[in-house]
Amino acid sequence: MLNVSEIQTFEHDVLVIGAGGAGLRAAIECSARGLSTGLVCKSLLGKAHTVMAEGGVAAALGNVDRRDNWKVHFRDTMRGGKFLNQWRMAELHARESPDRVRELEEWGAVFDRTKDGLISQRNFGGHRYPRLAHVGDRTGLEIIRTLQDHAVHKGFGIYMECTALDLHLDGGRIAGVLGYWRESGRFVLFRTRAVILATGGGGRAWRITSNSWEYTGDGTAMAYEAGAELMDLEFTQFHPTGMVWPPSVRGILVTEGVRGDGGVLLDSRKERFMFRYIPEKFAAETAATEEEANRWLAGDKTARRPPELLTRDVVARAITQEVNEGRGSPHGGVYLDIASRLPAEAIKKKLPSMYHQFKELAEVDITRQSMEVGPTLHYFMGGVRVDSDTQMSTVPGLFAAGECAAGMHGANRLGGNSLSDLLVFGRLAGIGAEQYVKGLGAAPRIDEEQVRAAVRRATAPLNRDAGANPYVVHDDLQGVMGRYVGIVRTEAELLAALKELDRLKRDAAGVKASGASQYNAAWHEALDLRSLLITAEAVTRAALMRQESRGAHTRLDFFGEREEWQKVNVIVRKGKNGQMETRAETRPEPPRGLAAIAHASIEDLEAGRV
Amino acid sequence: MSERHFRIWRGTAAGGSFGEHRIDVDEGMVVLDVLHRIQARQASDLAIRWNCKAGKCGSCSMEINGRPRLACMTRMNLFTDEETITVQPLKAFPVIRDLVTDVSWNFDQNKRIPPFRPGPKGPDGQYRMRQEDVDRVQEFRKCIECYLCQNVCHVLRDQSRKDAFVGPRFMIRLASLEMHPLDTADRIPAVRKEFGSGLCNITRCCTEVCPEHIEITDNGIIPLKERVVDRFYDPLLWLGRKLFGR
Repeated sequence: MLNVSEIQTFEHDVLVIGAGGAGLRAAIECSARGLSTGLVCKSLLGKAHTVMAEGGVAAALGNVDRRDNWKVHFRDTMRGGKFLNQWRMAELHARESPDRVRELEEWGAVFDRTKDGLISQRNFGGHRYPRLAHVGDRTGLEIIRTLQDHAVHKGFGIYMECTALDLHLDGGRIAGVLGYWRESGRFVLFRTRAVILATGGGGRAWRITSNSWEYTGDGTAMAYEAGAELMDLEFTQFHPTGMVWPPSVRGILVTEGVRGDGGVLLDSRKERFMFRYIPEKFAAETAATEEEANRWLAGDKTARRPPELLTRDVVARAITQEVNEGRGSPHGGVYLDIASRLPAEAIKKKLPSMYHQFKELAEVDITRQSMEVGPTLHYFMGGVRVDSDTQMSTVPGLFAAGECAAGMHGANRLGGNSLSDLLVFGRLAGIGAEQYVKGLGAAPRIDEEQVRAAVRRATAPLNRDAGANPYVVHDDLQGVMGRYVGIVRTEAELLAALKELDRLKRDAAGVKASGASQYNAAWHEALDLRSLLITAEAVTRAALMRQESRGAHTRLDFFGEREEWQKVNVIVRKGKNGQMETRAETRPEPPRGLAAIAHASIEDLEAGRV
Repeated sequence: MSERHFRIWRGTAAGGSFGEHRIDVDEGMVVLDVLHRIQARQASDLAIRWNCKAGKCGSCSMEINGRPRLACMTRMNLFTDEETITVQPLKAFPVIRDLVTDVSWNFDQNKRIPPFRPGPKGPDGQYRMRQEDVDRVQEFRKCIECYLCQNVCHVLRDQSRKDAFVGPRFMIRLASLEMHPLDTADRIPAVRKEFGSGLCNITRCCTEVCPEHIEITDNGIIPLKERVVDRFYDPLLWLGRKLFGR
């Protein structure tokens, strides 16, 4: 029998799982507050998915347009989220993000500058004013590197290429985490009083995704297995512009910054089709003609915004419809044109990564040719349900921040609100964890039998004589999710998905990884399958329950937003019998002050009347 | 679709050999796609380090037909149809398994670099920097830490002087701090002594392999060397600058 005391063990007050922007910011906060802190990175430090964020970080600094303030940012966020956001989270985010951005500058970040030397800000979908602090189109890299270089001098434990597998509880509270080292395949045990999950989303359950390999829903699944509630998982954001050709790069992100800087979407007849898709609610604030949209771009403050900058859910659906109705590009997307809108040198300066990406991967020169783009699974609005102020989940001692947490973005996230989310809620999760740890009495204890069971489960794919190929099962799952749980959904398709997922769960339970445990990609794949399947099932069940179309969740059989569904969130949890349960939970009444801001006219907000 | 021939190094620090693979390749594929296909169909436990598959994270560095490259940005149409593609791990770092190397030495170097230390904010509580004053620093901050430059640096690769020189990546990081308009720390003595700027003999191999096209040698290392020379070999000039500004 495995002797647990022989497993390498570390002890911390707080263990942060995930080393993207949210995890790094949370660990920095915990460490600054004197907690013994550990940071678990699935990859090497500095490689997490944050590195791929392109366009910018949203914060109402008011450097480019002085009319901007937190209230307008809050209003934009709530409208973008179709009023399903947790009101308090959206408020905290809008109020605190300017300080978090300025703090990065104090830590060495070098954002692009305005003419008078301040942090410059760019336009983005759904944001009323130029609001995204940025560094060309590589803002995520700047943020992760700044946090990383700041963090390495703080003296906390950083565990690289280490994958967390299970949360361990003592009387329902967090007691520890079991993981394994990629390099050696050996197990590692963290005894800890609190855990902050910052594991991102689960986009790898789909084939066409902008997500990197790590994005297998680990935090969502670990929290679920530990009994935590999940929320809003039906809202999966399809970013409107991913690459569509060549096939092997299908899904790689094309930043919204292209449209923010004037890029336009065209159908096969070279028509700006977005003018035909302006939702009623946004008509008053959207340009009616190309002429007006161009004036807005030139800086005319009386003109309204171009329809290409409508929220992502709207643009992604419009592109899908254009393609379905036969007006797409040769490889099944639409055209995104910046070449005819900006001089070549300006494109290279403002969008250098996009220029290289297309040049090197698709042999397209975006200063001369149009790009072909289409929707790609990009972001999970849903995840672990947390308290708006402390970021604690429904499991004591378990916190979540960033993409793996639910609530901040409601039914649809605005571009740029993710990088700011990471910073604001990463920090708040650190503060929440400190409060929790200080109030905790005796250190929780890990149940050794549970650890042994977890190790047995994890090593099973290596020990089996034969079984399914884990790569094939993953590929199968991606096919199922792409086919049945896409941008537009129906009950029949979602039920078909559940049936397929049942089959895939049986396949996954019997996969075989050949070879030893050292840096064995097949074994890693086999272990990730559990997280992917839990996440995929949670998305599917939540999508089945929500009988309306709102934000990123579109049901062909339930057209349009339904009043009664604005009043509830869909909650997923593990039932007593081990089956996944869903329920619709009524939301509390919105705080009056915040509701007044969210529903105010833009004129009243700007004039300070609200 | 066409069938291509791959030779992939398999093994550990204790030794290894090349595995031969014939595999179908589709239009538009990059080398990393082919490696994934080999993993899925022929060698399930093949160790590869990768992450974003979009040239942004710098994880999938390896040597492809003798040249250090990011596998995710190396298109198959770079090679002729008959060409055998040989894939090896980075040579300058110890092998963990197959194509994965132990690059932890680089993380240790980063920790040794004295951190950013900004001066006071302006009277309005803001920092101000002009775009033209940060262009150069932004060039250096494009670095994705793929360590291809470290891998080809003669001092690290051929002379094994990791004890004496931090390598191009960290010269660039030092330069990005030294040229940061807000920074007040002085790292020039350390650039010379602890970080070994004198060991670089400007062969520009690092610049050639940089996937971000950073002018590592001309814009980063040479200006740092000049600052060292000014300080240590022309102290009067340095003192004059210190006293009377630039």
